[in-house]
Amino acid sequence: MNSFLIKGGHVIDPASGRNEIADLLVLNGCIAAITPVGVQGPSVPPQTASVDASGLIISPGFIDLHVSLREPGHEEDECTATGTAAALAGGFTTIAAQSDTLPVVDSRSAAEFIRLQADRARHCRVVPLGAVTKAHRGEELAEIGQLVLGGAVGFSDAGHPVANAEVMRRALEYTRMFNRPILHLAIVPELAEGGVMHEGIQSTRLGLRGIPAAAQDIMTGRDLALAELTGGRIHLMCVSTRDSVNRIRLARLQGLQVTADVTPHHLLLTDDVMQSFDPMFKCTPPLRSRDHIDSLIGGLRDGTITAISSDHQPRALEKKQVELDAAPCGICGLETALSVCVKALIVPGHLSWIQLLHLLTAGPAEILGLDAGTLQIGRPADITLIDPAATWTVDSTQFRSRSRNTPFHNMQLPARIRAAIVDGEIRYQCPQSQLSTGT
Amino acid sequence: MELADLAAAGPWGHQHLLELEKLTAAQLNTVLDLADRLNDATSGGRERLNLLKGIVVANLFFENSTRTRTSFSLAARRLGADTVDFSPSSSSLSKGETFIDTAMTIEAMGIDLVVCRHRTPGAPHLLSRHLRAGVLNAGDGTHEHPTQGLLDIYTIRRHRGRIAGLTVALVGDIRHSRVARSNIHGLVKLGARVIVCGPSTLVPQEIRQLGVEVAWNLDEILPEVDCVNLLRVQFERQRGAFFPSIAEYATLFGMNAERIRRARPELLVLAPGPINRGVELTPDVADGPHSVILDQVSNGLLIRMACLALLVRERQLQGATR
Repeated sequence: MNSFLIKGGHVIDPASGRNEIADLLVLNGCIAAITPVGVQGPSVPPQTASVDASGLIISPGFIDLHVSLREPGHEEDECTATGTAAALAGGFTTIAAQSDTLPVVDSRSAAEFIRLQADRARHCRVVPLGAVTKAHRGEELAEIGQLVLGGAVGFSDAGHPVANAEVMRRALEYTRMFNRPILHLAIVPELAEGGVMHEGIQSTRLGLRGIPAAAQDIMTGRDLALAELTGGRIHLMCVSTRDSVNRIRLARLQGLQVTADVTPHHLLLTDDVMQSFDPMFKCTPPLRSRDHIDSLIGGLRDGTITAISSDHQPRALEKKQVELDAAPCGICGLETALSVCVKALIVPGHLSWIQLLHLLTAGPAEILGLDAGTLQIGRPADITLIDPAATWTVDSTQFRSRSRNTPFHNMQLPARIRAAIVDGEIRYQCPQSQLSTGT
Repeated sequence: MELADLAAAGPWGHQHLLELEKLTAAQLNTVLDLADRLNDATSGGRERLNLLKGIVVANLFFENSTRTRTSFSLAARRLGADTVDFSPSSSSLSKGETFIDTAMTIEAMGIDLVVCRHRTPGAPHLLSRHLRAGVLNAGDGTHEHPTQGLLDIYTIRRHRGRIAGLTVALVGDIRHSRVARSNIHGLVKLGARVIVCGPSTLVPQEIRQLGVEVAWNLDEILPEVDCVNLLRVQFERQRGAFFPSIAEYATLFGMNAERIRRARPELLVLAPGPINRGVELTPDVADGPHSVILDQVSNGLLIRMACLALLVRERQLQGATR
């Protein structure tokens, strides 16, 4: 079914500003027409199926800037087929695959393997991220040019901050000639070592080693100074602190090539949750306190932060069901991303739907330079259908992901992904409520 | 004394004892009062009762401890319970079994209570979510050590007859001390004024939000203090150097004869032990008239008997005992 008419949905296309009830015609896998209600549209070929989208939002397919697919090397956590199926269930039609495989994606063949596995899985589109440094050791640059030839759209050492400023400087200089960003987790390792949560009154109460906000603020400041020095493109992943947001805001005003993202869980959960000592809440950077969250929301509202990433980090249950010190960081985030954002941002009135969807579509597309994230006539039909009025209870046993490490299990959340369409093909439908179709 | 007599012991209602932060003043007093009664009933812990006959208590010590484990074992046996000791060196932990699997295996052998010590904060909480047995926290990393907090408070109460209105200084490594946290929660709830004192690297400022005062100069607060609790310098829990040298620590925060002279004459000196002689306190202070360090040890037995009895009683009320 590569030709069909999606009827009567609320089309929200943040890139073009379109925000109206309309029919969307898909012909041969591409978007052929978007016709507002009451306007005479182009003639629809006979026998074209139709999908009833009344009450649903028709959005460009979501784009995630950094997703760990864990294959090869960590298949106990995830593989490309399960990770990309989870992406579709979360409404993501394009994801950038993190380089934290084993071996890491620091060679052209490793990047090409990611694409090969994604083609085999045939779920969502996958673009690889290459490593900044060989084996993520932070010492020598990876073969960045070769990685570009292998399809890398950006560079990241995933959970390993590039601690050496000289190495980061050269990386920012070197990537300039390819016009690809470096996606960096800006954390000073020495200040974070051994930490399991945000440093503050809660960590003091619980006797848990804290990671101060300054661990991120300092590295963010360094990265911004290096971006200014080199003219390179830096993208700061998982911004979680007030001062980081303030520094990034200032740098963008000064015209630096700096962008940033935030995760859904850092917007919804505070460090209070650590009272349960549950390793499901352990992530990097740690969940912060309310004042930091308010600053993140401010950064989303004024355009300082232009993307939301699930920072999907699947971890096998046996790794997470251990003592807090021993448990790895990471949250399995793809399948709950939209709903958590709606609960954190739309329900309290911080953002409108078009603002939120911008952060999941056009925002990340621009950061990675992808020709995607908008509903453009003639372009492949990558579309996500959302039921904004639905509520559902998260059941991690039903995840498409191979992993279950979510802090949202059993939580009731608003809004649900109803379908994900890639290349005009409906590749995901919500099992609890199938779309009604006809001809 | 019968287990049913404990119905009159006072408010309790906990299936596990994980932290003093979650206990009310009335529940704290229930433990302290029961310790008094057990003291009378056992002639100071020397005679055996049959209160917990048929009950099996497992000591799961994932971190080395001689004193606390011995105290718990003795307390359980004094009440007629059977005990099994489990230490990770003789376990399958080294074979890759998870901590929870280990505990569940032990439980499957028919255990009523698990006494758990672990280097990770929250480890007993994790166990309590996976086990049907009652879990008693015998120290979880740098979080809490509820029975130590209770026995410190009980020792003060026995010597002073009350807690409310007293000024208690906790001196030393507050940041890494589970004993400090349990003492703070218990003492504050029972109406004491609590001052935490130590090197500024080891006394986090935000701890004021727990209802305590922060001091960095021991000599300034000493004249106001009724009791000092000298916490062990936790060399093994510190990451990196928090103060320049042990000699400097002893100079600034060690309790010595000179400081005793400037303190109130009725000052009580407590130390949870094991003590570092010459660091937190000099030998003449440790063995001197102000010291109640050995009383703490014998009171610990009574407090642990009381806690075990209350948890077993609670299980019977909830019909959970097999």
